[in-house]
Amino acid sequence: MSDIAPKHFRTPLARVRGRGTARSGTHEFWLQRVTSVAGIPLTIAAFVIIIMLLGRNQAAVAQILGAPLVAIIMLLFIACTVAHMKIGMQEILEDYVPDESTKLTLLMSNTFFCWIVGLIAAYAILKLSFGV
Amino acid sequence: MAETKAPAARPLSPHLQIYRLTLTMVMSGFHRISGFCLYFGTLLLAWWLMAAASGPSGYARFEWFAGSIIGRLILFGYTWALIHHTLGGVRHLIWDTGRGFGATEREWLAAATLIGSIVLTVVVWVIGYFAMGGSR
Repeated sequence: MSDIAPKHFRTPLARVRGRGTARSGTHEFWLQRVTSVAGIPLTIAAFVIIIMLLGRNQAAVAQILGAPLVAIIMLLFIACTVAHMKIGMQEILEDYVPDESTKLTLLMSNTFFCWIVGLIAAYAILKLSFGV
Repeated sequence: MAETKAPAARPLSPHLQIYRLTLTMVMSGFHRISGFCLYFGTLLLAWWLMAAASGPSGYARFEWFAGSIIGRLILFGYTWALIHHTLGGVRHLIWDTGRGFGATEREWLAAATLIGSIVLTVVVWVIGYFAMGGSR
């Protein structure tokens, strides 16, 4: 009678939710894969753009970076990078920082850092694009 | 409510110093370290973009830094870290499909990532120098 004597101790509800003890599910695992797949073409594109801009003066760089296609690619590259690196750093912190309050502080700093750097980079691109 | 017991001092699993160093192990570390470095490298990206948006004098400051010996070393390291992490990411995506775990495959993939990243970094910099040498 398998109904009466289950093979494991998890409740049926916990099993269908499939979230395990972390309770947060696989969202970050999946997002890290999504951003790594997206990161491949975006990194190649970013390299092409940066090489194109080498040795040019500020006016030329500003004009090229502000061009719609270049700006959109760079914005995607920044968004993808920042999302990816936030999860990556979070994983490092969770692995190596044993003290709970230090860990929480660093996790919060990680969030701040990623948002600030991402927004600065995105702001610069948008400023160049909209020419203000 | 009964008081919860303090967690028992359980033995920890053996860490790095116990094992013989292998290429796949070192490459696993490289992937994390390169990701860690790239994290702070985004500051340079943000600086470059803000400099371009700020005007000629701001851009000149960035160019001065990027052209200095330390700046070039950092940018070379950044290039290598980015290419290495990207190739390492491809390796991880291959593993995610369940392939590439065989004894020869994983060694081959590790070596290919390392050699590929070094070769590609040099190629990118050679192209970069040619791009800068052109009439602008």
